[in-house]
Amino acid sequence: MTVETVGFWLVAAVLLGSSLAVVLTPNLFHAVLYLAAALVATGAVFLLLDQPFLFAVQLLLYAGGVVTIVVFAIMLTERLVGERIRQTSRHLINGAIVAAAVFAGIAGFLLQAPPAAPRPEQTGDVTASIGRALVGPFAVTFELLGVLLVAGLIGALYFARSEE
Amino acid sequence: MIGLSSYLVLAALVFSIGLFGVLTRRNAVGILLGIELMLNAVNINLVAFARFHGDLTGLIFTLFTIAITVVEVAVGLAIVIAIFRVRRTVDADRLDLLRG
Repeated sequence: MTVETVGFWLVAAVLLGSSLAVVLTPNLFHAVLYLAAALVATGAVFLLLDQPFLFAVQLLLYAGGVVTIVVFAIMLTERLVGERIRQTSRHLINGAIVAAAVFAGIAGFLLQAPPAAPRPEQTGDVTASIGRALVGPFAVTFELLGVLLVAGLIGALYFARSEE
Repeated sequence: MIGLSSYLVLAALVFSIGLFGVLTRRNAVGILLGIELMLNAVNINLVAFARFHGDLTGLIFTLFTIAITVVEVAVGLAIVIAIFRVRRTVDADRLDLLRG
């Protein structure tokens, strides 16, 4: 048992447990907190795959940004009504059947696939390569992403503004 | 040594859990949380493939997915807030304004 093996099973257990909690807990606010745990666990998976830069991006954008926005949205919508932030689920059996069928389909593909090559050694500085690729072959896409961010944020402001 | 397929199975499990959440949640915010889980599972796949094939493109693609997801959440929650102002509910079953 290497450190990587132990780490993988530990992270996988945390990720699956918190993901299940996200979709099953009745309290919406708790679901967001479990989502934060799941997102951090996903970042840990990136660390296991030798990508510290993506781990940082995941923490900053997802665990920092997304969770904050969702918490604000819950405060704005649920608290105003004065109701408890409980939520119910419906069609539990049907949903479980569909989800299990999708997983079985993906697993079928994975079983048919030829055995993957062993993991190659990490060479060079990945973060530097990502930076060079972002201003090199992917420069146009990168700029378009900036335009999309601005458009999305202006759109969000427009939707959520007050009427006056 | 953990192989590529272990990461893919983990991602598939998270994707299925997220799909279950999208299908069963009534609250619109809860549905968005399920979509977040599904997008995360895809990111795990992309990074795992990029690492095991020694290809940088998957990592760049993951960065783009993460940024687009943030925009999607911002716009989605703004729509939820706007709907809440008008209808006083975020229950997806009762938001049937476009039903023909």
